[in-house]
Amino acid sequence: MKLRLCDGNEALAWAAFEAGCRFFAGYPITPATSIFNAMLNILPPAGGIVLQAEDEIAAMGYCIGASMCGLKAMTATSGPGLSLYSEQLSFAIGSEIPLVVVDVQRLGPSTGSATKGADGDIQFLRWGTSGGLPVIVLAPVDAGDCFTLTLHAFNLAEQYRCPVFLASNKEVALTRETVDWSSMERPAIIDRAPPRADRPFLPFQPLPDSDVPGFLPLGDATLVRQTSSTHGTDAYITTDPAVISSINERMKRKVESRVDRFSYAQAVIEPQAETMIVTYGITGRAARDACKELKARGKPASLLILKTLWPVPEELIRQQTQDAKRVLVVEMNLGQYVTEVKRILKHKSVEFLGQMNGRLITPAQIREAAIG
Amino acid sequence: MASLLNKNRPPVFCPGCSHETVLRALDRAFQNMGLCRNQIVMVSDIGCSGLFDTFFNTHALHGLHGRALTYAAGIKLARPDLQVVVTMGDGGLGIGGAHLLAACRRNLDLTLLLLNNFNFAMTGGQFSSTTPAAASIGSGFLNSIERPMDAGQVATAAGAPYVARVSAYHRNLAHLLECALRYRGFSFVDIQGICPGRYLKHNRLTPQMINENLSKLHPLEGAVAENERPEYFDAYASITARLKPAEPPSPIEVTCKPPDSERQEIVLLGKAGQRIQTAGEVLCIAGLTAGLQVTQKTDYAITVMTGPSVSEVILSPQAIHFTGITQPTIVIALAKEGIDRHRDMFSRLDSKTLLIQATGIAVPASRARVISLDFQALHLKKSDWALACLAVLAAMNKAISRAMLDAAINLQFKPPVRETVKALIHHTFTKTFMQRNACIESITENF
Ligand code: SF4
Repeated sequence: MKLRLCDGNEALAWAAFEAGCRFFAGYPITPATSIFNAMLNILPPAGGIVLQAEDEIAAMGYCIGASMCGLKAMTATSGPGLSLYSEQLSFAIGSEIPLVVVDVQRLGPSTGSATKGADGDIQFLRWGTSGGLPVIVLAPVDAGDCFTLTLHAFNLAEQYRCPVFLASNKEVALTRETVDWSSMERPAIIDRAPPRADRPFLPFQPLPDSDVPGFLPLGDATLVRQTSSTHGTDAYITTDPAVISSINERMKRKVESRVDRFSYAQAVIEPQAETMIVTYGITGRAARDACKELKARGKPASLLILKTLWPVPEELIRQQTQDAKRVLVVEMNLGQYVTEVKRILKHKSVEFLGQMNGRLITPAQIREAAIG
Repeated sequence: MASLLNKNRPPVFCPGCSHETVLRALDRAFQNMGLCRNQIVMVSDIGCSGLFDTFFNTHALHGLHGRALTYAAGIKLARPDLQVVVTMGDGGLGIGGAHLLAACRRNLDLTLLLLNNFNFAMTGGQFSSTTPAAASIGSGFLNSIERPMDAGQVATAAGAPYVARVSAYHRNLAHLLECALRYRGFSFVDIQGICPGRYLKHNRLTPQMINENLSKLHPLEGAVAENERPEYFDAYASITARLKPAEPPSPIEVTCKPPDSERQEIVLLGKAGQRIQTAGEVLCIAGLTAGLQVTQKTDYAITVMTGPSVSEVILSPQAIHFTGITQPTIVIALAKEGIDRHRDMFSRLDSKTLLIQATGIAVPASRARVISLDFQALHLKKSDWALACLAVLAAMNKAISRAMLDAAINLQFKPPVRETVKALIHHTFTKTFMQRNACIESITENF
């Protein structure tokens, strides 16, 4: 077994390439820039396109155009850029354009601290667009996750025709670590499905037994329309409330009702434990060490590291926490995902540990909070 | 050739709207060029001109206000064979100004038709970036104290190789549009017309007045000689054709044995220019050559040549989870900037920690075992201090062995840097190992 040294951003870029990504557009921003750098090394020699955008709005626009021609496209940014992505994200969500969007989170609010980690965009990722339709957000814990979850992100974007977010963090993205490249988990690659050939093409007509429309690219023999306006299945503007609600409800259903198929997580259940620690991202690593120490001290706690954050994997959270008397949610912000956990586990005691100061939450802090 | 207009969706512009004149001229231009429906992508912006995508029966994309050029560029880069045409009003011109400049500078083979009618028609006739200061519009007096811009001059200054400014009522509009469409590169046509629905309500404007206004301006009639150059995608393709494929991070052969089976947590505190991150990476690679698990957490200022630089490296025979370091086994303290970031750490250090510090740098009191290195006596530049400390660790066989360090340097550096780093390591190693006391100024306590 030969190991390699790699950071999260580099692992993510290589996974994007393996997933078939051939278009990247981005605007330089710490700590996401090294994804841009890596894509610039990888894609052009392989016939792909890398574009340095004039701003983040443009980066998203370039990706939308390329994705509508059938290319798998990705962009990467951090909080300030994500804010500028918003209007284009609503377009991609509402017009079912597959995209992978990386948010390498840094300490906010606003320009905040460019080289400090945080998980401060977790609710923003879910709710930061007009219309409020659901999105898919995956959160990597380490470089290996950056690789595997990126493959999943492309698959989900293609399968469900929507933007899929990777909620990375400076502390995952720029931390170098040992990776075993060859034994990395690699799900089979999925490509967007074409429409039925035996019917006239309607850009927003879902496939049979599916909530997802078949995709045809702009520029081939069949004429394709795409629009950011409220549209019917033919992609022309409509004002018919029945048509509008059926399309919006379908877009909500297509991701929310299928979250059980992509509820990625890691759980360590300690049979004697009363407390379960629920966390995600970089904090999952501190929590692993905390649980090891707690067990050694004879005070075991169970651990659930969520890797799918949105849609909230409610079923999974309910199941995994069923034997816990007390749940401790730990996250690198002042309390964001804990509101979801509280909503799901109404009858359990749900406590919170978090901080927003650019420093990692330590195993000792988690250990103390877990002991209570 | 038949018309490419959409038979099922005839234009719905107000009577006398110049947009319809442009629509029909564009259709004629497409026909004259012999283009098929599926060779064309109409990309439309917001406003009344944003209806162009529905009136043509071609490929079409209608998106957000001011962003049409961004979608068009993505489409053209993915499918250079397509004829990509953007229609945008003077509203889109203003809000999407950065995209216009980028498109002019980039010179991708797109055509931008600016349907310039001097106001925001759809939202109530507010002033745009081209509304004359004297016009009476839906924004009260506000336009009277701003200045309209000449989009053609802006495009020319930004490097567009093809810029034309015409009246929507020009007899040969179809031909003029065809010239722009045929141009290989970014072509921009400012088409000035009349909006009876809004603008004419409170202003007088006739085709003759548009002609008079145009005749007062320096003419812009197509190719701009000083801006002509290879088209963006052609240039991109010719450069990228020569590039060698990239390689993923290389696997690192295990050729060494670690000095012991201890977990080492090493904190390097320095400043920009001291190669702190490089030294951290060398430590990691050294660990990998001995089959260890490693992590390197970084912290540095965004300024390149000033500010603190901190690297936290863990080397361990077991899997590493938490990447932070609270109780280091080794601290290398080389500059105040880095020390300040972790000032609170020193009070926690005990005799199990080895602290390597540069002579003359103030380090907070701690119970760590201290080695103070006189880099001046060693004749070392500041940029070599961090790497030299690795040689000291190797000389002590602490965390890394000399063999691990040599292997890491071979992997990390290419000639000629490799040779200078090797010389540096050898020099420091020998001095430290053979003549400890000459350059290690003080070693405290039981070391
Ligand atoms: S409001 Fe003005 S721009 Fe819009 S359709 Fe009517 S005349 Fe044309």
